Amino acid sequence: MSKPGLAAQAASAPQLVTFRHGRVEVRGRDVTAPLILFTVAASLAIIANPLTNGVFFTGNNLTNLLRQMTTIPGLLSLGMLFVILTGGIDLSVGSVVGFSAIIAALATVQWGFPVWAAFALGIGTGAFWGLVNGTIIARFKLAPFVVTLAMMTLIRGLIYVFSEMSVSTRDFPAFTVLGSALVFGIPVSAIIMVGFFILGAVLLNLTPLGRSIISIGGNRETVRLAGISVSRGIISAYVISGICAGVGGVLLASRLGNIQPSLGSMFELDAIAACVIGGASLAGGKGTVQGTALGVLILAVMNNLLSLRNVDSYWQWILKGIIIIIVVLIHSAGAGKRGQ
Amino acid sequence: MSLVLRGIRKSYGFAEVLRGIDLEAGYGRVLAIVGANGAGKSTLIKILAGAVPKGSGVIEMDGRPLDLQGPHDAIRKGICTVYQELSLVPGLTVTENLLMGVLPTRYGLIDWRAARARAKEILASVGFGAVDETAVISELSIAKQQMVEIAKALVSKPKILVLDEPSAVLSGSDLDSLYALVRQLRARGILVLYVSHRLQEVLDLADRILILKDGGFVAELDPSVATEDEMITLMAGRQIEAIYPDRRKKFGPPVMTVQGLTRAGEFENISFSLRGGEVLSIFGLVGAGRSELVETIFGARKADGGLVSVGDEAAVLDTPAKAINSGLALVTEDRKHTGLILGHSVHENINLATMRGLMLSLAKRRSNTDTMLENLSVMPKRCNNMEVWQLSGGNQQKVVVSKWLLTNPSILILDEPTRGVDMATRAEIYRKIDELAALGLSILMVSSDLTEAVSMADRVLVMRDGRLVKELAAADSDEEEVLAYAIGGYDQ
Repeated sequence: MSKPGLAAQAASAPQLVTFRHGRVEVRGRDVTAPLILFTVAASLAIIANPLTNGVFFTGNNLTNLLRQMTTIPGLLSLGMLFVILTGGIDLSVGSVVGFSAIIAALATVQWGFPVWAAFALGIGTGAFWGLVNGTIIARFKLAPFVVTLAMMTLIRGLIYVFSEMSVSTRDFPAFTVLGSALVFGIPVSAIIMVGFFILGAVLLNLTPLGRSIISIGGNRETVRLAGISVSRGIISAYVISGICAGVGGVLLASRLGNIQPSLGSMFELDAIAACVIGGASLAGGKGTVQGTALGVLILAVMNNLLSLRNVDSYWQWILKGIIIIIVVLIHSAGAGKRGQ
Repeated sequence: MSLVLRGIRKSYGFAEVLRGIDLEAGYGRVLAIVGANGAGKSTLIKILAGAVPKGSGVIEMDGRPLDLQGPHDAIRKGICTVYQELSLVPGLTVTENLLMGVLPTRYGLIDWRAARARAKEILASVGFGAVDETAVISELSIAKQQMVEIAKALVSKPKILVLDEPSAVLSGSDLDSLYALVRQLRARGILVLYVSHRLQEVLDLADRILILKDGGFVAELDPSVATEDEMITLMAGRQIEAIYPDRRKKFGPPVMTVQGLTRAGEFENISFSLRGGEVLSIFGLVGAGRSELVETIFGARKADGGLVSVGDEAAVLDTPAKAINSGLALVTEDRKHTGLILGHSVHENINLATMRGLMLSLAKRRSNTDTMLENLSVMPKRCNNMEVWQLSGGNQQKVVVSKWLLTNPSILILDEPTRGVDMATRAEIYRKIDELAALGLSILMVSSDLTEAVSMADRVLVMRDGRLVKELAAADSDEEEVLAYAIGGYDQ
């Protein structure tokens, strides 16, 4: 059966801007999600200074904000996006952050690795855990939620096997350089994060692998029949998530200088939240790197504002929960009308 | 008059889909509604089902104005609708599906014994006693699922029953039981609104035939004197002469040979060859194993035995990727579930099967899309960024075909290319198939439409119960002969 309203689309498609079903379209491309995000981000920017008595837009605070958002939600959300695009979810990223951080620290402090090798090892273990997640999920066709939930506890347990106590790297100045260095007032770690987002956008939009990852979430069977390996796409997505968590873990370790075995707990939630705020659909197949970047920014600015206002952390959680629900509601307002 | 529609209009955005529907119908009749894709049938059905609100106009039932507040309201007021897409819960039993929301209880707990008895009674009363009320839906054949769906609609004792393409997935004896049921419902005084693309069945079954075109009824025909041609002409609004192009005369050497292909439980020992520039159709009843066969040839299912050779070399086509590399393309039967990514853009869908290498060329992808949309005259202009679900069925089909033509195939497999497609678009598809064959492509076409399978093809392979029972030159065979092989008439 044909979709009614086709004639209208035929007539309206060439127009520059159209409003239909509560969605805004430019040349037939749905731009509702980015518009919402820009509005939210802009509103935050406008209220930021009055709300914080002018503290928000100071060099110190902005540097701090950038540094804090690098790993969480920053890099974790980027990796999470690829997994979410396939229709999956990666609950293990928080544990992977902790694992990579502790391994990098132990390698430097106890095993005598040079710092660069320790970092590489930390990132490598992140990729490894991504490979394990992806392989189990793709080969045995298990639910990503269950597999990564299991891996979350498994990896957390392993962290304590390696070190029951926190590891201090304060005697190794080289270890802390990456996390604290500034270039023209901008944290190096944030520059690395931005680099990863650019790489992520290129990967998603300009490579067959990226398009196949987003297509798998849209319709796995169609992708399979198009001669594309679904397993390869899924495994790649989890490896990307693992690498992002690994890099995030190493940068965080470098910034903190003292790594607790509990580091990274609950990080997966903010990572997922930033993706969802950025317009990604947990059903898969929908989401952009730009959107996720804005989601990261919104979440980070919100955290920062609430801290500057000295809002108690439990009130921060409550507010964050409310805001996530509101943004997602706005995203879905028009989307509910699509299709049958 | 039991059901009266006056001036029903409905618009989506700027498009007026229904432009004033007027209808008067009495109980105990079968009223057929036929029309081309996009004529407004779905919208009309949805309005009667309470699934979408009418724009303007009046619906009266039993002389009183009817204001439907939603699907439940429509059911409560005696209008039940069975949609083409089945709405059963696959993991639950027939009993639970039939009595959803009205399961009998005892002491606040579900009384399963009473429920099963009630379900059995319902099935028996509509003549579907053959359906096991304890079976899980997903384990039933499509035909049986359809029976459950209709039985479910009858639970609430409707006065008006709307059937949307009830025969689309049925064949053989299942069709006969459907027709018998419709006649029985009519005898019970139910008004049946019957929507179908199968014109012959409409002529056999209906008391009145209404032709819907461009959102309004353009004619009413008397089935006792009307003909299929007359209906097609009215639906299309013009004479479609020569729907089927002439058969091709020159063929190249065999491009693909299938030898002894077997997949346990689905089909066995299938052998045939396909020549260059030939249109070869595979006919059979639903469940004969045709889709399974072509999917196996394409590498989407693993063969248990046998060989597929493309060109001179025996190729192991155990993945779609290998099949594509050997020049095969498969347009599957089910656009929505296997052909398209509905939530992605036309552009993404068209370029899906041709993504290779490390980086994509955006310019090449854009020009691919533009060329294909132009070549296949996809209707809405500049629809590149529109999501595919927004397009009509015919245009969606063109997007799938575009995707596969971009892979530059030498063998194009079409599984039910015209299912649910109206006559005018069919003719367009047939022309395109003929053009491609003239360019030297070989076409393997699975079809349940007897006329199409015989008239469109150069040769017909007939399958029954997973076996290839006959190969016929289309030019010297007629439809009755082909059908007889398909249902086993020539067996003994």
